[in-house]
Amino acid sequence: MSALQDRIFAARAEGRAALIAYLPVGYPDVDASIEAMVAAVEGGADIIEVGVPYSDPGMEGPVIQEAMDVAVRAGRGLPDVLPAVAAVAAAGAVPLVMSYWNPIERYGVDQFADDLAAAGGAGVITPDLIPDEAAPWLAATDRTGLDRVFLVAPSSTDARLAATVAACRGFVYAASTMGVTGTRAVVGAAAGELVARTRLVSGDLPICVGLGVSNADQAAEVASFADGVIVGSAYVRRMLEGQGAEGARALSAELAEGVRRPGVRA
Amino acid sequence: MRPEWPDATGHFGPYGGRFVPEALIAALDELTAAYEAMRVDPAFLAEFARLQRDYTGRPSPLTDVPKFAEHCGGARVLLKREDLNHTGSHKINNVLGQALLTKRIGKPRVIAETGAGQHGVATATAAALMGLSCTVYMGEEDTRRQALNVARMRLLGAEVIPVTTGSRTLKDAINEAFRDWVTNVETTNYVFGTVAGPHPFPAMVRDFQRVIGDEAREQVLERCDRLPDVVLACVGGGSNAIGIFTAFVPDNGVRLVGLEAGGDGVETGRHAATITGGDPGVLHGARSYLLQDDNGQTIESHSISAGLDYPGVGPEHSYLHDLGRAEYRPVTDAEAMEAFALLCRTEGIIPAIESAHALAGAMKVGRELGPDALLLVNLSGRGDKDVETASAWFGLGGHPAPTDADDRAVEAGRGADPGPGLDTDQQPTEGAVTSGEAVAGQDAEEQA
Ligand SMILES: Cc1ncc(COP(=O)(O)O)c(C=O)c1O
Repeated sequence: MSALQDRIFAARAEGRAALIAYLPVGYPDVDASIEAMVAAVEGGADIIEVGVPYSDPGMEGPVIQEAMDVAVRAGRGLPDVLPAVAAVAAAGAVPLVMSYWNPIERYGVDQFADDLAAAGGAGVITPDLIPDEAAPWLAATDRTGLDRVFLVAPSSTDARLAATVAACRGFVYAASTMGVTGTRAVVGAAAGELVARTRLVSGDLPICVGLGVSNADQAAEVASFADGVIVGSAYVRRMLEGQGAEGARALSAELAEGVRRPGVRA
Repeated sequence: MRPEWPDATGHFGPYGGRFVPEALIAALDELTAAYEAMRVDPAFLAEFARLQRDYTGRPSPLTDVPKFAEHCGGARVLLKREDLNHTGSHKINNVLGQALLTKRIGKPRVIAETGAGQHGVATATAAALMGLSCTVYMGEEDTRRQALNVARMRLLGAEVIPVTTGSRTLKDAINEAFRDWVTNVETTNYVFGTVAGPHPFPAMVRDFQRVIGDEAREQVLERCDRLPDVVLACVGGGSNAIGIFTAFVPDNGVRLVGLEAGGDGVETGRHAATITGGDPGVLHGARSYLLQDDNGQTIESHSISAGLDYPGVGPEHSYLHDLGRAEYRPVTDAEAMEAFALLCRTEGIIPAIESAHALAGAMKVGRELGPDALLLVNLSGRGDKDVETASAWFGLGGHPAPTDADDRAVEAGRGADPGPGLDTDQQPTEGAVTSGEAVAGQDAEEQA
């Protein structure tokens, strides 16, 4: 009963990890961002994380901040994700929203859950909402059947890993390093260790890894121990460079090859 | 007596809590546990008391200001002199506590955000004293209007990083500090400057700042044989206000009034009056009132005072507001600058522009209550850092034409050339003290 989990299991059945692409809606403008999302799907992304522009994105590094800042200054926000979600669904990928908490609270927690479900959205990643503070969100997602993805980090204690995984539906987002989003030269050992610790308590729930993955080799490396590979800043960088939808399509194609490398999955 | 709030997970009624990435939860838990142990540890209490006395210069005095009080409807006005603390504001009270906590958890580096620069200076000072390395994030706009404090921090050995994202003020400096913290949390403690942010900061900073009200309550009782009718303080994030309010919260007959930065006027939309002009939401790790638009984007605040130029406010203030225990009122730039000039000329005290908002509040409330009223005002800081801004506001001579020596000092402090006086485009608003009046030292009576 989870669109995200079904898609990740389908990838697993093909002997590969799922590819999850992040793009913020509204950069460089709403239409162009939606075109880039569709192109990322056509290039091979299984799931699109539709980013909500937010004025104070505390978990983002400079690349995503720069794109978000443009979108925020243009007046874009949570309502703009709904058409993006519908377009991603029509293109055949699973649409997942990534939003800081205040835009959702401002929109109305229940109203947003209803509108997102109606637009065909699968669920939401909430980077600054921990399950401890999420009672209204747990209720709204239970009522509408939306997936809810919380984060675990290398610093999470075993008790917090267990509690967070128990609150997730769809998958759990394992932040590969201590830090903000951005491309990194290497994916550190912490990612593998965190996934291994999470596996001890996650049962059937897929584990997807994000933060720092930017190329096919890193995607292949992460695919060897995780169920999904999340790539954000590398897509956004191509947008900032003006590569537009073709840049997103080409990056998806590269990464899709990475998550399919033979023998990467045990 | 410690207030019965927050609860064990940092909630003040519906406010507060922790809205941060999971990666920071372990560090916040560590801080909470270490702080709970430290705050009842006699060795810490003795060391903290020693530093407050011998280093900060506590207790800070209580000053009767009868000539200024003539402009406050003739009420009696007492100033709690946090401006006389070492480093020039109340910020040092909190920083010494958090620096001792940093030593206790064994981290060699501290980071801080700063708006007016007073918290940055205080943190740089404590870091120098205790041998910690120190990085301060400051909005680029604030590095210009508070250039003196940038130079002070650098003299004290701190690294000052101008923040160029977003509105380039305090809110963005906080974002950058959190990003640094999540990346370097193994080695670094975040010394937060006000009663906002995720649990445990609002409660911990309150505990470190409550000395202001604890002392003042005793001092007022001793001097006046009664409690004040009203306690007033400016509210940026709210630490000096919580600091002076806390001792009086159980005294139901004492009105608590927080003065928010009204900027050009709340009705213009260009202000920083978070409780007056905002509504509840989540920012910087806690639920509280904030200035936001329909999409939940934080609205950029505006104030002549860098230390009040913040679109959020500490959760305990939101709670005290909703409970009806404290009142929050806006004070415009012009009203604050009028009070600033008055205190300078009537009492020989140059206040911080932040604190001038509290003084302007006393002028209003005193006129409402009349001569029988007893007002206690927190003078949270001194105005040395604001001399450039005030000179520009009042159009005083010699500005903005820095000497060569000034130029060099400015270069050293800012590391870039932001040009003279940020506020050269600002004009006194109607009702403010004009430059002529300010220079001439117009007779106090004529102002009333
Ligand atoms: C002198 C002074 N007063 C007040 C403030 C505002 O902070 P808070 O509301 O936390 O006291 C500042 C902040 O920089 C300050 O320097």
